Amino acid sequence: MELSRRDFLKMAGIASAGVVVAGSAGTLLTGCTPVAKSKDGSLAGKQMAMLYVPSRHEEGCTDCTQACHLKHNVPNIADKKHEIKWIWETEFQHAFTEYMENDLLKERMKGVPYFVLCNHCANPACTRVCPTKATFKREDGVVMMDYHRCIGCRFCVAACPYGARSFNFEDPRDSLSKPVPNPNFPTRERGVVEKCNFCSELDIQGGELPYCVQACVKRKGSLEKSALIFGDLADEKSDFHNILEHLQKEEKLIPLRRKEIAGTQPKVYYLV
Amino acid sequence: MYDKGKIIIGVIIFLAVFTIPFWYSQATGDADKSPYADTSKLIAEGKTCVEPADYMREHHVKLLTDWRNDVVRGADTIYTSEEYGTTFDKSLTNTCLEQCHTNKSQFCDQCHSYVGVKPNCWSCHNVVEEK
Repeated sequence: MELSRRDFLKMAGIASAGVVVAGSAGTLLTGCTPVAKSKDGSLAGKQMAMLYVPSRHEEGCTDCTQACHLKHNVPNIADKKHEIKWIWETEFQHAFTEYMENDLLKERMKGVPYFVLCNHCANPACTRVCPTKATFKREDGVVMMDYHRCIGCRFCVAACPYGARSFNFEDPRDSLSKPVPNPNFPTRERGVVEKCNFCSELDIQGGELPYCVQACVKRKGSLEKSALIFGDLADEKSDFHNILEHLQKEEKLIPLRRKEIAGTQPKVYYLV
Repeated sequence: MYDKGKIIIGVIIFLAVFTIPFWYSQATGDADKSPYADTSKLIAEGKTCVEPADYMREHHVKLLTDWRNDVVRGADTIYTSEEYGTTFDKSLTNTCLEQCHTNKSQFCDQCHSYVGVKPNCWSCHNVVEEK
């Protein structure tokens, strides 16, 4: 077959356009949130989630924040612009800004303390925008940070609708005790973004509780009475599921999530 | 050739200056001072590394990088030694440093500074205090 130079170039052009279109169609079809698979498949089919019952909060108690920040070497920086937070106390109007349109609710709820943390969304915005996949979703629903890959671009900070991410403007070790509070857990360095990791260093799939929940359980006596409750939402036979059902059916609490309208499917539920 | 004498002298001076690092280290005896990490105490205690020393010397960079990716991205935290079959927690601070190599300045820094590499592990991972 005789192929003129002109025809060859036409065919090459069409073929490369086809590759580009097929590639982007593939991305659109599979969704923009690729999931990092666990090597042995131990995380598959799980959906770790957190419940928070605001009415059980004792005034002034910050046990969860203290436990978390000590165990994860989170520095306490006085400068508000540079502060690092994993789980912290805020007020209802900041956690649920959309409800502030409701003038009656606004009066009632203003100033009520609420604890907030990374929501480990099922459809996270942060992982979509990360150019290096330094932040990614694990099979069990935990949104992870790989500090080795983070280039500090802060796209994720801008993308997160919950302000759950903090950027290290300064070396966190300058604001930590020496030796660091928990020598067995790494610190971060200047120029990376950090956030709550749902205590992925623990065996959370095996039933171990994150440090914040442990602290609350210690104060309240049991997981049933705790203000923070953690477990696998996908496991319908778990204690976690029983507690969730009890809270909804017996205590008549309604599970709210922050900024539903953002479409991120948060996995931290506020039972009010 | 014009200025033959000047050119030859110039070349000799250039070569002498250019090769200073080589003959200087020969003259002072620095060339023989290769880094040496004393692990006799660990061996006497009956401890073995995750893999044989020769393998570790050559491949520890890759091994640690693999561990890092396995733990952070694959939720795979247990390493089974190919040589010995024993299992270890994949952790630089909690396994390598805390359990055996508590002498970071001798065991890590000495060789790294000899070959002129600056690994950035320690800007986040904690160093176990030397005893």
